[in-house]
Amino acid sequence: MRNMRMPMARRRAMAVVAAVLLAGGVAACGNSDTGGDGGDDGKLVLGFSQVGAESGWRTANTNSIKEAAAEAGIELKFDDAQQKQENQIKAIRNYIQQKVDVIAFSPVVESGWDTVLKEAKDAGIPVILTDRAVDSADTSLYKTFLGSDFVKEGRLSGEWLVENKKDATGDVNIVELQGTTGSAPANDRKKGFAEAIAADPKLKIIASQSGDFTRAGGKQVMEQFLKAHPKIDVLFAHNDDMGLGALEAITAAGKEPGKDITIITIDAVKDGMQALADGKFNFIAECSPLLGPQLMDLAKKVHAGEEVPPRIETEETTFTQEQAKEALPNRKY
Amino acid sequence: MSDAGNRFRPLLGHRLFWPVAVLVAMLAANTIYRPGFLAIEVNNGHLYGTPIDILRLSAPLILVGLGMTLVISTGGIDLSVGSLCAISGAIACLYISRAPDQNNLVTVLTALAMALGVALVLGAWNGVLVSVIGIQPIIATLILMVAGRGLAQLIAEGQIITINSGPYRAIGLGHLLTLPLAIFIALAAALLVAAFTRRTALGMIVESVGGNREASRLAGIRSGRIVFLVYVVSAACAAIAGFMMTANVSSADGNNTGLWVELDAILAVVIGGTSLAGGRFYLSGTIVGALIIQTLTTTVYAMNISPQTALLFKAVVVIAVCLIQAPAFRAKFRRRRRGTPPPTPSAPQPQKEQVTA
Repeated sequence: MRNMRMPMARRRAMAVVAAVLLAGGVAACGNSDTGGDGGDDGKLVLGFSQVGAESGWRTANTNSIKEAAAEAGIELKFDDAQQKQENQIKAIRNYIQQKVDVIAFSPVVESGWDTVLKEAKDAGIPVILTDRAVDSADTSLYKTFLGSDFVKEGRLSGEWLVENKKDATGDVNIVELQGTTGSAPANDRKKGFAEAIAADPKLKIIASQSGDFTRAGGKQVMEQFLKAHPKIDVLFAHNDDMGLGALEAITAAGKEPGKDITIITIDAVKDGMQALADGKFNFIAECSPLLGPQLMDLAKKVHAGEEVPPRIETEETTFTQEQAKEALPNRKY
Repeated sequence: MSDAGNRFRPLLGHRLFWPVAVLVAMLAANTIYRPGFLAIEVNNGHLYGTPIDILRLSAPLILVGLGMTLVISTGGIDLSVGSLCAISGAIACLYISRAPDQNNLVTVLTALAMALGVALVLGAWNGVLVSVIGIQPIIATLILMVAGRGLAQLIAEGQIITINSGPYRAIGLGHLLTLPLAIFIALAAALLVAAFTRRTALGMIVESVGGNREASRLAGIRSGRIVFLVYVVSAACAAIAGFMMTANVSSADGNNTGLWVELDAILAVVIGGTSLAGGRFYLSGTIVGALIIQTLTTTVYAMNISPQTALLFKAVVVIAVCLIQAPAFRAKFRRRRRGTPPPTPSAPQPQKEQVTA
């Protein structure tokens, strides 16, 4: 689960954690990974400020960026903001002073970026946003936003289900495990899914509850769904972890996940892909953290002064059980 | 009042009457909404049904609540229990995940012992901060609440550790005599704490320290040692609760294990009738409080109350429970219902009742 999906309170708590860790000097070593010496060999220099390392997804995101930079021959100046906007602004100012060629960052929060982005613009350094957007009214402050489209992830899940159940007779009862209430991925995935299944009137969402993007949450909600609704045909979970939690509840209820209940999730983290390959899940729409190669392409383009579209979606795919079996050995996260 | 009213008076006056009444009311409302709510069937040789779920899922909260009750009865508070759950769960799962044979009983027991050991050290840290250095409990335990969550993430390297260990899984999902093992663990812990505090003078000593630490010290009680002890017990309870939470899903998530459980535990303690000011504690009340909180959560799912309104629904029920629990509120309500405000001279009468109740 990505940090942006956390409720404000938790984000704040995380900021405090970061502060405490910093004060203790624990985090002092995690900061500057310059990925190379000097910058005078004519290489393109990219300054990247990461949110932090709060989840497996994020770690995979960081690794992808580092590897892609090395491959593309781009000198990467990497900074881990430890979930603090303050650190991120400091890092961006550092990059401006060091006169890097391109700045990219995943904003910790949406607001409060205008000043520092203006500074970058005045210094003539193009900025790329990754993974999360900012709410600046002045879109000229950054070149492009590279990230996932959550509505599309929900829609792809729904479209697969419509196709999968097109021969089913009678009502198809769907239960939904939502992400953290009010978070963008929860809202958008719900919306995309609902739009897609509207195409077939026999697909009905009979219950929808928040499992907070966690395994424990998904399990607890699913236990009650199973008791309240004798006939559940489909489970749609907004992320793999809730789906994995629900698996246990389904097994405990004496039903076979993947057969008695069709399970669709989003994310495609390793444990989720394993469940898909094992036949316990039926379909996963990917929400990929591996945007490194795309980011490097973009960095080169904006540095060369080429025009890029203001919104670029991460290259993402979907997985069926067979595809998961093939993809699993190479899964990085 | 009529004779019947008088006969029910002792029952009505019992401090557990209202919490239990609320619990029964919630179960009744659920049964009206869905008649099968209380149904229990046998599935794979185990009892299976919503009431069993409620008992199993409230087990970690009961454990944390027991420790919290003791801490609160000394006039303190322990905000670090949620982080301790995450740390102990992460250590146990990390050790098991690195072991060659995850199903080895010795491996699992070693993991539990290690995690429990770390939790005891952290509990001792809390205890020293409060009893020796004299930092206010809310601040002292806040340190570990925020830093501990970071520590748990550090242990798990920011990942969710998934394990596949039969013996560890049993802590959360195993069965004994057709009932979930977690229920027995919570019950055993409750009986143990009750035996130590109510069958010996320890409970009274704890209460006296909570009532007046200095006076207790002058009376010959080693107050500092008692205060230290309750934080260690609280940490131990939290660690076992952490094992249950992580075993329940066979994975440790440093970000989410035991998140906000400290607040639920404090609520359970308060619903149970223990005063936040210290000096009195009711273990049975805490257990009923924990059951109420879990039933409330389960009700939201069972009645499919939309997530947007769920928090409001919970808030309303909790406020109602707390008001109904407050003797002052009940006294006011009783007077109003009778319709005749008591004459001024006898006004202190209900006040006196509260003291004796």
